[in-house]
Amino acid sequence: MTTTTHEDHNEEDHHDHKPQGFLNRWVYSTNHKDIGTLYLVFALLMFFIGGAMAMIIRAELFMPGMQLVQPEFFNQMTTVHALVMVFGAVMPAFVGFANWMIPLMIGAPDMALPRMNNWSFWILPFAFTMLVSTLFMDGGAPAGGWTLYPPLVLQTGDSFIFAMFAIHMLGISSIMGAINVIATILNMRAPGMTLLRMPLFVWTWLITAFLLIAVMPVLAGAVTMLITDRFFLTSFFNAAGGGDPVLFQHIFWFFGHPEVYIMILPAFGIISEIIPTFARKPLFGYTSMVYATASIAFLSFIVWAHHMFTVGMPLGAEIYFMLATMMISIPTGVKVFNWIATMWRGSMTFETPMLFALGFVVLFTIGGFSGLMLAIVPADFQYHDTYFVVAHFHYVLVTGSVFALMAGTYYWLPKWTGHMYNERLGKWHFWLSVVFVNVLFFPQHYLGLAGMPRRIPDYSPQFADFNMLSSIGGFAFGLTQLMFVYIVWKCARGGETATAQVWEGAKGLEWTVPSPAPFHTFETPPKIDDSVVAHGDHM
Amino acid sequence: MSDSKDIYYIPHGTKWPIVGSIGMFLLMVGASNWLNGSDSAQYMLYAGLLILIFMMFGWFGLVIRESQQGMYNAQVDVSFRMGMVWFIFSEVMFFAVFFGVLLYTRMLVMPWLGGEGVGIATGQYLWSGFEAVWPNNGPANLGGDFDIIPAFDVPLLNTLILLTSGFTLTMAHWALNKGNQRKLVMWMVATVLLGIAFLFYQVEEYIHAYTELGLTMGSGIYGSTFFMLTGFHGFHVTLGTIMLIVIAVRCAKGHFSKENHFAFEGVAWYWHFVDVVWLALFVFVYVV
Ligand code: HEM
Ligand SMILES: [Cu+2]
Repeated sequence: MTTTTHEDHNEEDHHDHKPQGFLNRWVYSTNHKDIGTLYLVFALLMFFIGGAMAMIIRAELFMPGMQLVQPEFFNQMTTVHALVMVFGAVMPAFVGFANWMIPLMIGAPDMALPRMNNWSFWILPFAFTMLVSTLFMDGGAPAGGWTLYPPLVLQTGDSFIFAMFAIHMLGISSIMGAINVIATILNMRAPGMTLLRMPLFVWTWLITAFLLIAVMPVLAGAVTMLITDRFFLTSFFNAAGGGDPVLFQHIFWFFGHPEVYIMILPAFGIISEIIPTFARKPLFGYTSMVYATASIAFLSFIVWAHHMFTVGMPLGAEIYFMLATMMISIPTGVKVFNWIATMWRGSMTFETPMLFALGFVVLFTIGGFSGLMLAIVPADFQYHDTYFVVAHFHYVLVTGSVFALMAGTYYWLPKWTGHMYNERLGKWHFWLSVVFVNVLFFPQHYLGLAGMPRRIPDYSPQFADFNMLSSIGGFAFGLTQLMFVYIVWKCARGGETATAQVWEGAKGLEWTVPSPAPFHTFETPPKIDDSVVAHGDHM
Repeated sequence: MSDSKDIYYIPHGTKWPIVGSIGMFLLMVGASNWLNGSDSAQYMLYAGLLILIFMMFGWFGLVIRESQQGMYNAQVDVSFRMGMVWFIFSEVMFFAVFFGVLLYTRMLVMPWLGGEGVGIATGQYLWSGFEAVWPNNGPANLGGDFDIIPAFDVPLLNTLILLTSGFTLTMAHWALNKGNQRKLVMWMVATVLLGIAFLFYQVEEYIHAYTELGLTMGSGIYGSTFFMLTGFHGFHVTLGTIMLIVIAVRCAKGHFSKENHFAFEGVAWYWHFVDVVWLALFVFVYVV
């Protein structure tokens, strides 16, 4: 009854064949699974490049005094580490998951705009070549922090403009990727896959994609004004000409705060898939999860100045942004409650994905609490720009976003490769990670409370012990991640054959196709009824 | 075009995205080196630009051919439409930044620089004698004295031109739906000509501003916001006009039917968007 037109002319011969040759298969690809794989591999590479920079930072901070690197180079490391991790690792990794899983979860044959999907990916390697090449330029890479505040960032050497254009390219890539996700979810769902039957991962990505389209152009505007201030005589951020450097901070954080939710909402989605599977219960409060996600997204637009409490805003603004920020804890709390309620009286097992998911729930919540502390204006006057902030965002981003990425990888790896990974090694990977990540970041809370500033390569001797501890945790956490590469590599190459359902408690469309998922899936729309819907209060 | 929703269409792979990436990369690296003072880098910039243009011809050409062969079904059409709508939304957000900057500087920065909200002594010490009235180029009088372009002069004319172009474009759409090929092409040509007229007057205003009024991008915050807003708008009108020309040619070739004319509508939406931005611009940049 239905046909699919993929390859050029002779559709039938090509039916389930992958395109031949490297160029056709990977570079010209229009296949969501292959493009998803490209995104994931690229993100992993970026994790290790960004991770190497983090190791340099921790090595320099191992002891007080200047040990290894020049202060300028230290600042280049903090800046480029952040840019690489945010734009190169975490965001592309989630886009990789979106590519692989959204079509499988909604019963679509592919993304809505497959060629644009290809372009979204293939901009990234070029953009990062530009960004990373700045390390080798006159004056080095940008060193003014990933937040790019003027006037400092305008003093960057030759690399300034390369970094700015790289960010523009990343923005174009993200916007196209997000448009694709929205069009896919709104237009490609199999008949019967109503919005409130969609898995939560799909929901979180729908909302994330909206955030991306709304705020990446804002970043582009900010970057454009930096460029014209530097090269074309404008004075947007120059008080002598009637501009205002603080204006940049407002624009940056109007992008920046939604951006942190861009990095966490899909993580919420992944965790909401995993916990029900291993608790063998439907997700508790599915509809409230959808509304909580939407509320978080909405609130994320009206809290940005909590990053700027100390710049000298009027008192009314400080109070408003404090209260608005605290309101985010409400929908976030709803989510944490629902995850716990899902597990309540479930028949739980603790395979690696579940371990990472549980690690996520506990440790992300710690990050949420430290965020709440930072949201208190008078307290933030003390904590701002200290290691307490560093500890906060690493709890939400590493034990939050990155743990969710690990959890999701272990969860869907058998579906992607057709093999089970080595469960024993996976558990080791989790336990080593969870111990060392806390050794790495927990002491940073104390350092920050005691007043150690961030982004400074040297420190007063009173901070020596906690820094040494943190560095040891850092090296160990970094090394542990090599295990992850090994486990994934082994699993891709072979291992116990995975069944279609993979996990006993798994429900949802992606588990109805064989493992590994064939090159083309759902060429004819699947039948959707409550028996294949993952979970939820179906409507 | 098939209207059955259960026939999926997945396009075959193409080289155009990677060609586009290479073009973009050369353009950006060339522009970077050029801005950093290397004259020869401009050739890399041009090469990148040419490759990008080549990519657009190739990619759009491919899509047009496929569309003419009837390879796209109703679902693909909807995907294209959604793509265009959300792309325009991203553009709205991009312009919103610069309007936000204009409001923020006029409503907050000006009074603050004029001494509001800080101690009297601080204000006196920093910018004594500074008069915070718009238009303004800051306490340092950056770029020197300048005059502004009065709203009810050429800008008003340009407003009328763009509004008229919105009308002619709608007439073209109407002719398309009626299947009246001759009128369709006529209205499209009128729209394109209006777009070009707008651009002509805009360029003339810029020349006037630079050579006679002393108003440049360097004229403090007024020059910055003025040229950023009108400049990006003008750039979008340029793109829109090129898109309209392509569509006009396709109209003449009889590519569109009442049922199947996404490209026409997409460009029309874009043109109306550019139109609305201009109205906001006219009010906030020129009038108030
Ligand atoms: C309950 C939720 C949260 C609250 C109340 C909160 C609050 C805050 C506040 C007030 C700051 C500014 C601290 C300062 O600079 O003095 C901050 C910084 C930061 N937060 Fe959160 N946060 C929350 C969740 C998150 C999440 C989920 C993420 C990311 C996934 C995140 C990532 C960041 C980052 C990256 C920074 C530092 C930015 C920088 O200055 O470089 N936060 N947070
Ligand atoms: Cu924030």
